[in-house]
Amino acid sequence: MSSEKKYWKSAEQLEESSPLVEALEQNEFAEHIPADEFLGDKDKLESSQTSRRDFLKYVGFSTAAASLAACEGPVVKSIPYVVQPERIVPGVADYYATTIANGFDFASVLVKTREGRPIKIETNKESNGLSAGKARVHASVLDLYDIKRLQNPQIDNRDVTWTEFFSSLETDLKAGSDKKTYLLTQTFASPSTDQLIKEFQENYPNVEHIVYDTVSDEAALDAFEAKYGYRALPNYDFSKSEMIVSVGADFLGDWQGGAFDSGYSKSRVPNNGKMSRHVQFEANMTLSGANADKRVPVKPSLQKQIVVEVYNQIVGIVASTNLSDALKAHVDNAVAQLKTNSSGAVFVTGLDSLEAQAMALEINEKLSSKVFDLENPRLIRQGRNSKIQTLISEMKAGKVGGLMMAGVNPAYSLSNADEFTSALENVETTVDFSMKKDETAILCKYIAAIPHYLESWGDIRFTKKDFSLVQPTIKPLFNTRQFEDCLLKLNGNSTKFYEYVKDNFKSTFDGLSWNQSLHDGSFMYDMSLPAASEVSAIDISAGARKLVAKSDSEGFELTLYTKTSMGDGSHANNPWLQEMPDPVTRTSWDNYVTISKADAQAMGLENSNVANGALNGDYVAVTIGDKTIDKLPVIIQPGQAPGSIGLALGYGKTESIQEEMQVGVNAFPLYQNFDVNQTVGLEKVSGVHEFACVQLHHTMMGRRDIVKETSLEIFNTKDKDYYNATPQVSLNHQEVDVTSPDVDLWDEFDRSIGHHFNLSIDLNACTGCGACVIACHSENNVPVVGKSEIRKSRDMHWLRIDRYYSSEETIEGDYEKKDDISGLGSAIGTYGDLEVASAEDVQVIFQPVMCQHCNHAPCETVCPVAASAHGRQGQNHMTYNRCVGTRYCANNCPYKVRRFNWFLYNQNDEFDYHMNNDLGRMVLNPDVTVRSRGVMEKCSMCIQMTQKTILDAKRDGRVIEDGEFQTACSSACDNGAIVFGDINDEESVVYKKTKDDRMYHLLEYLGTKPNVMYHTKVRNTTEA
Amino acid sequence: MERPFILKHFFLVFLILFTFTTFGQDAEGSDSQEGSGAEAVAVEGADPAKGKELFNSLCAACHKRYKDAVGPMLHGVTERRDMDWLYKWIKNSQQLIKSGDSQAVQLYEEWNKVAMNAFPQLSNQDIDNILAYVEEPKPEPKVDVAAAPAGEAQGGGGISTEIVLGLLAIVLLVLSVILYLVNKTLNRFAEANGIPVKADKPKGKPIWVAFAENQFLVLVAVVFLLLAVAWGGYGFLMQVGVDQGYEPIQPIHYSHRIHAGENQIECKYCHSSARVSKHSGIPSLNVCMNCHKQIAEVSPETATEDYSKEFYDGEIQKLYEATGWDTSTQSYTGETKPVKWVRIHNLPDFAYFNHSQHVSVAGIECQQCHGPVEEMEIMYQHAPLTMGWCINCHRETNIKVEGNAYYEKIHEELSKKYDVDQLTAAEMGGLECGKCHY
Repeated sequence: MSSEKKYWKSAEQLEESSPLVEALEQNEFAEHIPADEFLGDKDKLESSQTSRRDFLKYVGFSTAAASLAACEGPVVKSIPYVVQPERIVPGVADYYATTIANGFDFASVLVKTREGRPIKIETNKESNGLSAGKARVHASVLDLYDIKRLQNPQIDNRDVTWTEFFSSLETDLKAGSDKKTYLLTQTFASPSTDQLIKEFQENYPNVEHIVYDTVSDEAALDAFEAKYGYRALPNYDFSKSEMIVSVGADFLGDWQGGAFDSGYSKSRVPNNGKMSRHVQFEANMTLSGANADKRVPVKPSLQKQIVVEVYNQIVGIVASTNLSDALKAHVDNAVAQLKTNSSGAVFVTGLDSLEAQAMALEINEKLSSKVFDLENPRLIRQGRNSKIQTLISEMKAGKVGGLMMAGVNPAYSLSNADEFTSALENVETTVDFSMKKDETAILCKYIAAIPHYLESWGDIRFTKKDFSLVQPTIKPLFNTRQFEDCLLKLNGNSTKFYEYVKDNFKSTFDGLSWNQSLHDGSFMYDMSLPAASEVSAIDISAGARKLVAKSDSEGFELTLYTKTSMGDGSHANNPWLQEMPDPVTRTSWDNYVTISKADAQAMGLENSNVANGALNGDYVAVTIGDKTIDKLPVIIQPGQAPGSIGLALGYGKTESIQEEMQVGVNAFPLYQNFDVNQTVGLEKVSGVHEFACVQLHHTMMGRRDIVKETSLEIFNTKDKDYYNATPQVSLNHQEVDVTSPDVDLWDEFDRSIGHHFNLSIDLNACTGCGACVIACHSENNVPVVGKSEIRKSRDMHWLRIDRYYSSEETIEGDYEKKDDISGLGSAIGTYGDLEVASAEDVQVIFQPVMCQHCNHAPCETVCPVAASAHGRQGQNHMTYNRCVGTRYCANNCPYKVRRFNWFLYNQNDEFDYHMNNDLGRMVLNPDVTVRSRGVMEKCSMCIQMTQKTILDAKRDGRVIEDGEFQTACSSACDNGAIVFGDINDEESVVYKKTKDDRMYHLLEYLGTKPNVMYHTKVRNTTEA
Repeated sequence: MERPFILKHFFLVFLILFTFTTFGQDAEGSDSQEGSGAEAVAVEGADPAKGKELFNSLCAACHKRYKDAVGPMLHGVTERRDMDWLYKWIKNSQQLIKSGDSQAVQLYEEWNKVAMNAFPQLSNQDIDNILAYVEEPKPEPKVDVAAAPAGEAQGGGGISTEIVLGLLAIVLLVLSVILYLVNKTLNRFAEANGIPVKADKPKGKPIWVAFAENQFLVLVAVVFLLLAVAWGGYGFLMQVGVDQGYEPIQPIHYSHRIHAGENQIECKYCHSSARVSKHSGIPSLNVCMNCHKQIAEVSPETATEDYSKEFYDGEIQKLYEATGWDTSTQSYTGETKPVKWVRIHNLPDFAYFNHSQHVSVAGIECQQCHGPVEEMEIMYQHAPLTMGWCINCHRETNIKVEGNAYYEKIHEELSKKYDVDQLTAAEMGGLECGKCHY
């Protein structure tokens, strides 16, 4: 049964008698106010110069002075436009469709602008384009207002004009024409940019272009190119999947460009008794593993064997594998299911091995998988990273006269960055087209300040058929010039890149309207791809033998990964992303080594929680070859494959990053040969690291019925009451449903008239990607509090995604084991077993939690000033201007969703994030109050958005249709996990959700009658 | 006994005399400045009054009588051109140009090929009337004449209150002097006649001592005093931050009286975003220029005693400076200086107010909150803009349901529930905290 499982948030919680967990469960606010420390010292008080009388005098005087000063109102100036742009109405938002394509994240987006300022990024739902890296994409608007951006082009660290810049650069380029000039760029996936680069090469025949992906997919690209004759990546439509087997591929993360999760979620919601089954073999606990029905922790060397084994069984035997019986059984099972589902089955792998990728293509061909889309392959990764070594050696040899770089930061992101840096000294003309004066830019003679994508033009080709346009939403804030405009200038072409893109569009796409396409942001057009020049076939059997061959190197198998929040590190100065907790570890502001419990014990590594619940961890040193990274903090990760460790890329940047954001350690030196799997040495070093982990925060007081979970079999065969029973309470010695009106303490409000908003969260569709968290930040002006405040449980997220681990055994099983304990020795052993076993074979559930907007809200009844009140539309209103900060409401909230403003988070140097500078404050939503110190705040169910929808309908004199009502989180969730609407409209989707058998309310037995509902997680546990 | 009687009469006469003077002054002050001498009619048999009407409706958009505007200055046109040519040109200038008339072509070229509208509907008599109006000699500036008595007749129709109060004070002073004198004289008489003036009463306690000894009275007084202080203190504190009547001096003296009052310009012509946005918006200067491209100066009648025509014209010049409009070339220079208006209506950040909700949906007149704007020479804050003020209106105002499909269902159900015909904004949920505070 669903509720019989034992859920835990950290290993600490598994210890029955942990005083810490108990303390946290009892105390809403982990930090005590140090009144005793302050007042307890009698000597100090007596020796004080200031008497009580003096103190009162000062208080009286300052109060009087302050109130006198407050009597005079400030004079506010208002400056209207001289000539108002036609489309801009002050107070009304405009939306523009554009595209982010920074080389790592590619997505069609809709940009909300107010008074000409972009303030929010939304998913472009009508577009056929991708939406990868959602949390990062939503947060990318803040990068526009980054105070560390380059404001002028520079030559030798001196601001210059563009005229001077180009005259000097052109002279240098011509002077160096006897040597080679390299153009090292990100993947643009832009037809116009590609054409421009070709024209540039025609003008400067000594120019060679290398595409460099910071996180490489070269193996997959090469495998695809060898098989199909052009350079692309296969596309996968997971919405058609019935059986997914992934070996080390975090396809819900950033694997091969990401953006697979919305399709995946569609196949994961049980529909007519059917849902897909997902088996994941992986080392790190990734988002994909966390969402899998069956997750088998295996280290990378075994993953290689598994790929060969699957190939053996499906395509034909190529090499004998050496798997343990238990693992072999898992693989056999998975393969059998792949075979039975055949066309609905798909196999993916994340191994950076040409052969493994080639085998995956063969397997999918053999399965004739309809998930596997060859008609519309992806073009968003084009890197040929292996060429970089050639570049470096040529630079060393002095053969390179010029190096131009755009959108890349090799001095930070190459494993041999030091080699690159020293070789760069041999190059005379170095140019970096960059938004920041980053690690690479400071080494270059020329730095061309380029604009943010919200200030740029362009066209993007995501896949063979899906195109998208980039248009500016604001005039360039600084004296910047697009890379493409610079190329045009160097080509001696006087057209602007805007005209170039437009001309290109008109000449290429017959029958398409430029204005319409620009308005929509994306369009479809079937155009063939250029064939690759040289294609050599891959010898799979030789490759397979290589894969299964035992490696003789000893040590831990490291899997490098990119975090949902930080990606490849290009957003490192973005405080929203820094503060966003990692979905799995729930740790923000850091990267760290994840290690299994068993390995940690063997090495004597510990995670401990200090008195206020904050997490500390030991340090390790990681050695690879002759390189050592010392002082990497360790997090013990349940589900981490023994013998393996994980580490996130994208941290440890130091150039053009605010001091607060200089966190973590750069893991790129370990990314050798652009392979995420490495064998490293691990050694414990001294010191204790302080994490900003929200893992233990806001536990629900040990109450059950928080997450409900069942299996597909039970869901299909049993009654609702079996897997999703309504809690019972005792009334006159009889058990009745808690939802019965008889057990109400309060009179019911009449909510049947007008709108009644409900929010529905489907635990089956939620992948934990965190897009909603950032969307909520951006919509509601949620402040960033910083690492030390997060450690004190003072995070301000209105919407958090709780992550619960569960062991596969039932809680009953655990109780049985516990009962068998006899004697202390046995007790220690059994508890240890329980913990270790469950810590490896672990399942994960993500649960977004925001204010539940209870109809019988416990917070409302305790507020002494009625700052928290209920609206007829079902929203729990929080009136900041009434709030006096007693925090009773937070104490009385069973869901722990209320957040207190401990400090003034804006215009305060102590919190030097975006709200502390004029540029960063431009991102604030003018419709939502910026809260001040001493005020409680919480999710408002985006009342500013529902009110706007209502007003728009009133103004037009029409009835509101379903789908018009949205919250920031529901519109950000293109997985369909969060649905918002009016349940008084019986045609609405959300109304149907209330009638769903899987529907339950959080802590329903309390009788709070929330307006947020959850849908029981169903796992497809069908084995073959 | 005779003397007081005489004094009384003297005083009455004094009073009456004063009153008459007042009336006299009043009559003088209200003497109007109307009346202008009959002027010579430039075109014989034409009626300049009819011509004025036609000129204002058809020509004034582009032409001025004594100045170049979009089109050339018209005064003196009958001397420059031949009457027949004028008839042809006014009825259809393009035709005349096409026919190759040298004068017409030259004129067309000179004025940047801006085509003049054709007016085939005008008869020759109409044109005569217009030209008669156009050719009226430029009136002498009347301001000097008007300005002279302005100083004297401060306050317009009646005598200013200061004078009345001053007079009253003098009267009172005189009265008290008289009373003192009378008293003194009577005493003297009494003394002389041997009548005892003052009876020696036994000296009792002073009244304040008696008061202080009565504890009940003291208690009551203290209670009253405290209540009064509390009431006063509350009143004082409650007006902190309430800027009702706030009337700042603006960088450009923009008169709502002239625009919204005299010229009857619809509020939302300029404050157009009030229809769709939360802000009513301070109009951008290009909106002003829609009209002020033509209107470079005010008519003499616009001037008031407080603000002369020169003053208003100067303010229009400020607008030209801000927008970079060059009157001599009738074009923009491109140099703009945005105007820094002083914001009058300031709601705190935590209160959300949406103009379109009130203006477009509820159909409330702007004046309901902003007061008699059409009478305001200088804009001021009419309403207190406090929460109590908002709430009161929400309690009293019915929502406008007619013809709004949004309200149909909800109104029907709610009015049934509350058993009323018309729902107030409060009953619709207009008092809920979260509707305005988020």
